[in-house]
Amino acid sequence: MELTGAEALLESLKHEGVDILFGYPGGQILPVYDALYKVKGLKHILTRHEQGAAHAADGYARATGKVGVCMATSGPGATNLVTGIATAYMDSIPMVAITGQVGTAFLGKDSFQEADVTGITQPITKHNYLVKNAADIPRIVKEAFHIARTGRPGPVVIDVAKDAQVHKIDFKYPDSVDLPGYKPNLKGHPRQIKAAFKMIDIARKPVIYAGGGVIASNAAKELLEFAEKCNIPVTTTLMGLGAFPDTHKLSLHMLGMHGTAYANYAVQECDLLIAIGARFDDRVTGHLPTFAPKAKHIHIDVDPAEIGKNIKVDVPIVGDAKQILKDLIAKVEIEKGKHDAWLEQIAEWKKKFPLTYKKDKELRPQYIIEMIDEVTGGEAIICTEVGQNQMWAAQYYKYTKPRTWISSGGLGTMGYGFPAAIGAQFGRPDAIVFDIAGDGSIQMNIQEMATAVNHKLPIKIAVLNNCYLGMVRQWQEILYEKRYSQTDMCDNPDLVKIAEAYGAAGMRITKVDEVKKALNEALKIKDRPCLLDFRVTKEENVFPFVPPGQAINEMLID
Amino acid sequence: MKHTISVIVENKPGVLQRVAGLFSRRGFNIDSLAVGTTEKPDISRMTIVVDGDEQTLEQITKQLHKQIDILKVFDLPYEQAVERELALIKVHANDKTRGEITQIVDIFKAKIVDVSEDSVIIEVSAEKEKVESMQKLLEKFGIQELVRTGKIALQRGSGK
Repeated sequence: MELTGAEALLESLKHEGVDILFGYPGGQILPVYDALYKVKGLKHILTRHEQGAAHAADGYARATGKVGVCMATSGPGATNLVTGIATAYMDSIPMVAITGQVGTAFLGKDSFQEADVTGITQPITKHNYLVKNAADIPRIVKEAFHIARTGRPGPVVIDVAKDAQVHKIDFKYPDSVDLPGYKPNLKGHPRQIKAAFKMIDIARKPVIYAGGGVIASNAAKELLEFAEKCNIPVTTTLMGLGAFPDTHKLSLHMLGMHGTAYANYAVQECDLLIAIGARFDDRVTGHLPTFAPKAKHIHIDVDPAEIGKNIKVDVPIVGDAKQILKDLIAKVEIEKGKHDAWLEQIAEWKKKFPLTYKKDKELRPQYIIEMIDEVTGGEAIICTEVGQNQMWAAQYYKYTKPRTWISSGGLGTMGYGFPAAIGAQFGRPDAIVFDIAGDGSIQMNIQEMATAVNHKLPIKIAVLNNCYLGMVRQWQEILYEKRYSQTDMCDNPDLVKIAEAYGAAGMRITKVDEVKKALNEALKIKDRPCLLDFRVTKEENVFPFVPPGQAINEMLID
Repeated sequence: MKHTISVIVENKPGVLQRVAGLFSRRGFNIDSLAVGTTEKPDISRMTIVVDGDEQTLEQITKQLHKQIDILKVFDLPYEQAVERELALIKVHANDKTRGEITQIVDIFKAKIVDVSEDSVIIEVSAEKEKVESMQKLLEKFGIQELVRTGKIALQRGSGK
């Protein structure tokens, strides 16, 4: 079959099972957009900014587990994707980003809209390609998807020179990839698994510390089975929310900087920490030398470079979390009642130090999150922006299923949540999708309201509007003696009017007793987005809070 | 502590940048880096001398392994490897000093590869320390220019 490079590219995407992509056209990607005009079976969503396209592809990937695809033109189009690619990279999200590039004859000549995209994205991609020959397109697409979705997932960039999009090739999609330098190890080493059994057997106070890797490997079911069979409490990272049901009696909820007091105490007291698909990030560990000081460490991760990177490990197991958990479940035996004393201690901490906030007549953000949980029955997909809104959304919503929590954990990208919610809603059209936002971050990609309205997406945007860059203000209050440098957003526009101008619904909520009604009202709107402008108390803080550089049990509770 | 690592890579554009970028962004120190094709034209070999403790070396090795274009990474302990560095040294020379310079060149089993009225270029291939001591001895004549390749190394015997 004779095709142009552009047609071959789209055909290759279809071979990879892609049916939707998010993008924005421009000069050097025009041949692909021209081919897209005629192609069947591929839906292109035009965002209003390339960054929106990248985050939408990422949100789609997180909500579905499939590879998200975004596309942009050369130069500024590609550099606008960069924040989205870096976001996906930090959180190990499978994504393929396609960018147009100037023709091969113009490369390196500082041509119009030329940027060294493979150079720029090299540190924030799992791999990237510059395609100069049309004939390479099918092989490269095949490799890119394979790399993006296997092992530790991540973004791959394919930068396609314009002439490679135009030239004709005899199209044949390869059946397999030949990548001698890329062979992810999935099966845990039997000797290490045996060593893990021994350690689990000796432990009296074990804790499971589960991260985003459990979700990436679709191992939530196995994690639940393992935890129940061994009667071991589970704390999750921010990225791991949904990997273990928050409603379960063994759940310790989130640990770390804004984790629950009982999770942090349990980690600091435990004698065995079983890390699964987690990477001992500084927001989890606090002061590293004092993290889990009494514990032996078992570390299960598909990326060998994560093992020993931040912390010395006693039993490393390299491999896929799902497979290794299956191996562990198959053979582990725990004598009944062995952890009872430990679980009693934890129950006491839970009782003494629950997550809580002041319950009075003020409209508090924590209450709003609890109400969102209530009206959605805990069944919604919660996307977030970054900052206080993100932490309250993490703390006060009860996540019970994987892929229902969509948030920029590693990079902490403000402006992520709304476009990610768009991607998530396309991936899960029947789900209720919320974007929990702050008044700062919602303004970073508000232009995507046009995309959401255009496609009649019933996304609910709950803005916890405190007229501040709240998390920065909180740090300034606690760590910089209330010098609120450049965090006041008192000149915010009227967000309700903005929503309405785009053709979305908008509501303003100022009182506690209006919250539930407004949320139920919003849930009834099915044909367009709805922005809820919650005017919350201005100087509410996120607690617990482990100040940076402290041990995680040295937290401020209120 | 210095380590010599061999990195076998696919000979593709950008692979050197990937390796160099990895070292700089993760804060690993490179002492020297030499790269060239191997017996297979599509495979290149980099010899990298790095400075760091065991844990750093482990991280470097693992992070290099993660690069798709990198096929193999291994540490070459000194006692198991043949190590060489090539240097070209242009030294000021006249009728009076040329004899003494020639003697030094002979002792180090080096070669004079270019002679002009007031200078000679010496080629020396040896272990790093030897190259350095030769350089020291030549300093008094006045070194005009010097270029070194960085270390290359191969495992002794039939291994790897």
